[in-house]
Amino acid sequence: MVGASLAGLLTARALRGQGFQERIVVVGAERHRPYDRPPLSKDFLKGAIGEADLALEAEGEEPGIEWRLGVAATALDAPARKITLGDGTTLTADGIVIATGAAARRLPGTGGLAGVHTLRTLDDARALRADLERAGRIVVIGGGFIGAEVAATARELGRDVTLVESGPAPLAGVLGPAMAHALAGLHERRGVRLITGAHVTEVTGTGRADGVRLADGSHLPADVVVAGIGATPCTGWLAGSGVELGDGVLCDEGGGTSVPGIVAVGDCAAWYEPALGRHHRIEHWTGARQRAAVAAATLLSGGTARPEPARPPYFWSDQYDVKIQFIGHAGDADTVTVEEGDPATHSFLAVYRRGERPVAVLGVNQVRLFTRWRRHLETTPAHTG
Amino acid sequence: MIPACPLASLPRGEALRLDVDPPIAVFHTDDGDLYAIDDTCTHQDASLADGWLEGCEVECPLHASRFDLRTGQVDAPPAKRPVRTHRVVVEDDVVYVVPSDAPPNLPPGVTLKGQA
Repeated sequence: MVGASLAGLLTARALRGQGFQERIVVVGAERHRPYDRPPLSKDFLKGAIGEADLALEAEGEEPGIEWRLGVAATALDAPARKITLGDGTTLTADGIVIATGAAARRLPGTGGLAGVHTLRTLDDARALRADLERAGRIVVIGGGFIGAEVAATARELGRDVTLVESGPAPLAGVLGPAMAHALAGLHERRGVRLITGAHVTEVTGTGRADGVRLADGSHLPADVVVAGIGATPCTGWLAGSGVELGDGVLCDEGGGTSVPGIVAVGDCAAWYEPALGRHHRIEHWTGARQRAAVAAATLLSGGTARPEPARPPYFWSDQYDVKIQFIGHAGDADTVTVEEGDPATHSFLAVYRRGERPVAVLGVNQVRLFTRWRRHLETTPAHTG
Repeated sequence: MIPACPLASLPRGEALRLDVDPPIAVFHTDDGDLYAIDDTCTHQDASLADGWLEGCEVECPLHASRFDLRTGQVDAPPAKRPVRTHRVVVEDDVVYVVPSDAPPNLPPGVTLKGQA
């Protein structure tokens, strides 16, 4: 098992649950045992919860895993199923699970600058938390989940926050422009300065960042700069391995890679989705969770297990005191209608439809109603085309 | 014993949240059984009464950990601790909850009102 985060842990558990009794070795590039990443941009960053609260393993849990932590896999010889690790040692296995996740994209040209952060790992969050303590002005680049959540958290900590987004509104890519606009007011009402349609040309400063320059020439002073500009799958170590790669490790609809005996799961894996007719990399927590059992079954059966139809992706985001929940693919919809509540009050539910058929649902502080819709979408089979 | 509601006002498949401290959720399963557990998910502040009831399990409405209503055990992360269970009594068509005297497993950051 290469990768010691959520997908790796859950796949190991699923292998045990499905009766696998042989040796399981889990290799992790980070030195930490598996931990929960979503709180890193929210409660952990805010200081509301501590590191012990992030642990994914229950106390006393013993699934019989040998951990090799703090050492990354550097190469794979797929036909021989041999993995080379950063310390020069090798591991040979009957089955391999690739669960190396994704890495935060960094702003080009900021390598030597202090005060410039990305947020993906526990170590990232520790560093950002420490820097936020002494910072007054924060500029967040990118209005995706990480960016929007960090902006919200920093604002709740009383910092002066500017959120720079290249699109028309934060989260426009996943929610579609109409609903993203409806939610953009959330940031402004809480006192975050929101700049949309803007491109960053440079992080200024010598030794330490002191601001951000935009394409229109304006300069935003900052003590801390956070880049939430997406993540790229950690598949560099697989180059030349014989495992087929695209945007991530290309897999069939059961997680099987192009090489028998090797499966991939989690943020690094692009599973074939029949409903979409293409490979699709899901970077959400629930994707890793739902697919771990499928990947384990594929590995143990040698690829003959028939996976259940994939469930539509579900994700959530907490910003200020607002719970945002979303399921489905907004891009498939031709209409979106608010069916409950009012976007102006930040308590509403919107249904995205293609023709008559619901393809996605957005809930904002509508937990109970959203649960019903989520079940409806999960239990209604997706149609092709 | 805490009176919850008349049995007739809690149809099968439905849940009720009792505003005690900490809150308690009472479930009436599709099979006609009644169960009570702490309403707050052990992972984060979410109301399990808002979750999805299926068989003898409820799925947290936020992050989809499932709790067994009979034992309180949880199936998978992000929750990792069981939820506290309570005894349910029906007398004269009224549902009552007998609160457990075990300590609750509240999520980090959530405290009893009396101990805020």
